Amino acid sequence: MSHFRPTDEKQLAEIVAAAVAGEEPLEIVAGGSKRNLGRPIQTPHMVDATAFAGIRQYQPEELVLSAGAATPLAEIETALAARNQMLAFEPGDWRALLGSGGQGQTLGGIVACNLSGPRRIRQGAARDHLLGFAGVSGRGEAFKAGGRVVKNVTGYDLCKLLAGSYGTLAVMTEITVKVLPLPEAARSVALGGLDDSRAVACMTLGLNSSHELSGAAHLPRGADGKGTALTLLRVEGPVPSVEARSQALRDELKAFGKVEILGDAESHRLWNAVRDVGPFFGDAERIVWRVSLAPSAAPGFVAALERGLDLRHFLDWGGGQVWLAVKEGQDGGAAAIRAAIIPGQGHATLIRAPAALRAAVPVFEPLAPAVAALSRRVKESFDPKRILNRGRLYPEI
Amino acid sequence: MLMPKPDASVIARRSQIAADLRGLCAAPDAVIEGENERRPYESDALTAYHALPLLIVLPSTTAEVSRILAYCHLHGIKVVPRGAGTSLSGGSLALEDGIILGLSKFSRILEIDFDNRCAVVQPGVTNLGITNAVQHAGFYYAPDPSSQIACSIGGNVAENSGGVHCLKYGLTTNNVLGIEMVLIDGTIVRLGGKHLDAGGYDLLGVMVGSEGLLGVVTEVTVRLLKKPTVARALLVGFPTNESAGSCVAAIIGAGIIPGGMEMMDKPAIHAVEDFVHAGYPLDVEALLIVELDGPPAEVDHLIARVEAIARECGSMSLRISNNEKERQAFWAGRKAAFPAVGRISPDYYCVDPTIPRARLPDVLTHMAGLSKKYGLRVANVFHAGDGNLHPLILYDANQPGELERTEQFGADIMRYCVEIGGVLTGEHGVGVEKRDLMGAMFDKADLDQQQRVKCAFDPQGLLNPGKVFPELHRCAELGRLHIHHGKIRFPDLPRF
Repeated sequence: MSHFRPTDEKQLAEIVAAAVAGEEPLEIVAGGSKRNLGRPIQTPHMVDATAFAGIRQYQPEELVLSAGAATPLAEIETALAARNQMLAFEPGDWRALLGSGGQGQTLGGIVACNLSGPRRIRQGAARDHLLGFAGVSGRGEAFKAGGRVVKNVTGYDLCKLLAGSYGTLAVMTEITVKVLPLPEAARSVALGGLDDSRAVACMTLGLNSSHELSGAAHLPRGADGKGTALTLLRVEGPVPSVEARSQALRDELKAFGKVEILGDAESHRLWNAVRDVGPFFGDAERIVWRVSLAPSAAPGFVAALERGLDLRHFLDWGGGQVWLAVKEGQDGGAAAIRAAIIPGQGHATLIRAPAALRAAVPVFEPLAPAVAALSRRVKESFDPKRILNRGRLYPEI
Repeated sequence: MLMPKPDASVIARRSQIAADLRGLCAAPDAVIEGENERRPYESDALTAYHALPLLIVLPSTTAEVSRILAYCHLHGIKVVPRGAGTSLSGGSLALEDGIILGLSKFSRILEIDFDNRCAVVQPGVTNLGITNAVQHAGFYYAPDPSSQIACSIGGNVAENSGGVHCLKYGLTTNNVLGIEMVLIDGTIVRLGGKHLDAGGYDLLGVMVGSEGLLGVVTEVTVRLLKKPTVARALLVGFPTNESAGSCVAAIIGAGIIPGGMEMMDKPAIHAVEDFVHAGYPLDVEALLIVELDGPPAEVDHLIARVEAIARECGSMSLRISNNEKERQAFWAGRKAAFPAVGRISPDYYCVDPTIPRARLPDVLTHMAGLSKKYGLRVANVFHAGDGNLHPLILYDANQPGELERTEQFGADIMRYCVEIGGVLTGEHGVGVEKRDLMGAMFDKADLDQQQRVKCAFDPQGLLNPGKVFPELHRCAELGRLHIHHGKIRFPDLPRF
């Protein structure tokens, strides 16, 4: 068993090259908050990338920040907030959900898992904000991709491949992200007592309006999972703008029942709960799934599942992201959930489950054969010996 | 521009290949073989480079594309995919021993789904055609390259096209949800769809902007946005490029992301004013158009804030649009910038590096020096919001050596922009035009890794060869692992 803690890119490259020579896979960690995410890894060798930390370059007027991949997310968010900026894709903190220890999230972890919060529907995902990176491939070679400016089409967009690759293509050492101004104010328009169909209809009306929603979620048991149904639509921007838009929304949504407008503090608290999957905190024994599908398909999808599974759920992204908490069965609901998704029209990811279940059922949506074959070849192009996080994403990757 | 040496044996088989390809397509006119009929496909919007293609094939269905590619794969025939042919970097420049695979018959809008705010279209639909199909309901497709009336969405996917509204609304890659594509061996693959962030590797993400080197797109699902309720613009003149640049930084520093923020330097202002008489001030060094869009309450609020910032930054003149006609008038000059420059010079050459905005004055000063050195005039239009600079170099192709000097001038500009932290291309793509400059931005290891990804999609290198990469390597050579020494399993390195 070997734990490596390289302090520079050259050492990291040597470690990976040695692992390639010995065909010994490596697990990549930094903050360690996401070791329970994805398929369990079977290897005694670990590379701790913690040394690749620290903000290297932050130019608020350029909307660009470069930092070591292992820089704690908290450090980045603090530095950004001091200049009234943010990571607009609103990454969540899933430590409470996953019950993970670790020292906290890092920028690299968020990017590698492509984690995005409620604002994803307006501002895009982590993948949309990754401008460039440097790292070491599974061949043991240092390389870089992308750039340090917000608009760049020079060469293939390898950043997209790295975002969401769960550390299976390269060990990132430095990351450049696009940052955006913090909204001056937020208001949430809240409605109570809607069922899923009415809630999705309500969110669709809001999202199809000209009020530029930055969040649309439906919590059938409220934000803490113990109350009554709450539907939330968020607007952000300058104060006069959010005042006008939230009032206009209130009028336009009257048909759905009593509409309340929530101010900054309450809005912030509720959306952080949605972002961090707060409604499931009280259900520690349940298996948690995240499903992405066309927003209009959500009510039918949930209704079909409820007939066969003991299920709790809530909706984000206007219905496009369905969170499920399933009472543990044989397969944690995997077969039923995946059968309810029309092939090619959505995907389910197992987010919280004991390691045995994450080893037994596919954690990530099984791919169509042609896509799986192409994905294997892409993996080979970065990591031909499958050294980096072997098996984390798919058994053959 | 040095292209891969044409394979004479393929050219000799032209009529046989034409007959075979005709057999794979239903439409009787799917294959274009006559020399005169092939001429229009010699080049794209970068007309400095041209080559007569072997054949042109215009399939009508995905199944035909699949059969054509499988045939080319089997017989080792190169393929250049082509949309509307509006590439500014030579992305669809023809090859003498390669077929042009034209997607112009894929011109249908397949589905408009307002509930899920997306549309499914064929790749030959024009960029503006999407907006035209949905605007009755108040929706639009956000990326708006200046060629949007002609360029196709398939080409936009290949080039990751931008436009003047990128900073707020993103490039093509941020607005495409899914594609159907065909690999070189004929395999049909669907990536993404109406849902977000498909599981596994983001193959869709790497396909967007891959310049036709990885696969042929046969269907695109795009995100639709509700049109902003209002848009208003400010037209601000500044005494120096520095003061205009500091105004841009101050606006963004104040937390304002305008829908569009465009800058023109003095030569550009004068060229457009002479051409369209937009009413631009002629006594300023730099002119800024700042457009705010969104809900009326927000736009009015931000217009006042931007006005205050502009005055603090020393604006010489400042006008605010009060209606749509005035707003359009502000844009009229900027939109006519390219033809206006075309009017004062027999030819012009446009490059598109992105720079850190703060370095704009340095870049303009450096460029003035180069202008003297090469004896060529240059006018600049600048997507100031996202830092994407368009220097237009004025030249006369009929003067011996002037095109070559122009290309060297452009290359010097791009190299300098990379040196100060920028990139070679912000939206036009590498194509053949910037291919040989890739080494200025990327090391060998960086380029090798990109080419290995190419090998994962197209191991024989049949799709659009000669574009993007300065040197072509065989996939076997790129894939070889160089295991140094290889004896020590784990060397003596820090552990814990």
